[in-house]
Amino acid sequence: MNIVIIKYNAGNTQSVIFGLNRLGIDPVLTDDPEEIMKADKVIFPGVGEASTTMKYLRDHKLDKVIVNLKQPVLGICLGMQLMCAHSEEGDTSCLGIFDLNVRQFKAEGNRQYKIPQMGWNTLTSVHSPLFDAEMENSHVYFVHGFYVPLSKYTIATTEFIHPYSSAIARDNFYAVQFHPEKSSATGEQILKNFIAL
Amino acid sequence: MLKKRIIPCLDIMNGRTVKGINFVNLRDAGDPVELGAIYAEKGADELVYLDITATHEGRKTFVELVKDIARKINIPFTVGGGISSVADVAPLLNNGADKITVNSSAVRNPGLIDELARAFGSQCIVVAIDARLDNAPDDWTVYTHGGRKPTDKKLFSWAKEVEERGAGEILFTSMDHDGTKNGFAIEALNTLCNLVSIPVVASGGAGSMEHFKDVFQQTPADAGLAASIFHFGEIEIPDLKAYLNQFHIPVRI
Repeated sequence: MNIVIIKYNAGNTQSVIFGLNRLGIDPVLTDDPEEIMKADKVIFPGVGEASTTMKYLRDHKLDKVIVNLKQPVLGICLGMQLMCAHSEEGDTSCLGIFDLNVRQFKAEGNRQYKIPQMGWNTLTSVHSPLFDAEMENSHVYFVHGFYVPLSKYTIATTEFIHPYSSAIARDNFYAVQFHPEKSSATGEQILKNFIAL
Repeated sequence: MLKKRIIPCLDIMNGRTVKGINFVNLRDAGDPVELGAIYAEKGADELVYLDITATHEGRKTFVELVKDIARKINIPFTVGGGISSVADVAPLLNNGADKITVNSSAVRNPGLIDELARAFGSQCIVVAIDARLDNAPDDWTVYTHGGRKPTDKKLFSWAKEVEERGAGEILFTSMDHDGTKNGFAIEALNTLCNLVSIPVVASGGAGSMEHFKDVFQQTPADAGLAASIFHFGEIEIPDLKAYLNQFHIPVRI
């Protein structure tokens, strides 16, 4: 199995590599379009800011490569947000795989909510091969100040201030807002399920 | 619903875990990677590793340790100790740490917080504040160098400043409570949490499960951190979480 992690100016790729290593998988980290296109599975991770990372992807012509992939693709965190059409972060035009707008969390005076959301929250209404049925109400780890609203693509819902999409899917494209590589046994099982797609 | 976090803190000296009782008299509590893996398995929500030798010795050993931790552990972890520049932070985050924490260096050079937040994003910058109630009530003095050195900064104004400079989280240790096992600094935590809008981690004073219940029921603190009571098995994390759950405190079980 040839698993490729897209290499770009995003943080945290090492954690994703280690997370896959723990499952006995040795992924390839590359920004070479040929290698990305011939992979069995592609992971598009990301921690960072939307406008600078999108600019990097365009400058390196990786934007066209990603949208045209036919094998299963998994976007993680910022990767998920960049797969949408637009992000309020830096008013950024994104890849447009999902015709959705990424919005900023606003606590609106409610001091109960600290932004970014940082910590463990639950997955609900899970329905996708990415998740096992028993993952309903299980915990995964989130760090984010922007979110993807609920839509027809939502495959898992989480509540922070209001319900939002903690995972979305369309055809071969899957994306999760949380960090499976930091989400204990649940996260490991989600990565295994993606690898098994 | 976002859960309250339980965070064991591991102090590292020469690659081994230690815990200072009132910041002196160190006791050895094991191998940092193994201990971290055990905590992750038992349901710790996050880990904090502080390299208390970092200012005196080379940092290369600690970077290697960070890599070993990231390789083995499947929950988030924060690392700190002796960080004083953007160049110090890059290898820690690049090797798999999720957040870094600064303390003395931020007091010495507050602009460092702005620089780190710009370079890596606020979400991975934790500012640790050690403070002690020296004189009048509410007159918390900030200390640096592991609690050895008083500064001219006060807890609440410094906390507000670090938030404005781009810190993503505050780790507040009450030196009056640390090592006493008499409970967290409830009043100060309330003032602090209502003052800033970033997450606050409560540290110092945990001696029983009830103390964690008190801190989560009586303050809006986002997380509770402790060391020796976990290292020496006085409180088991699964028991603590089951206990908090009984009181409807939202925890990950």
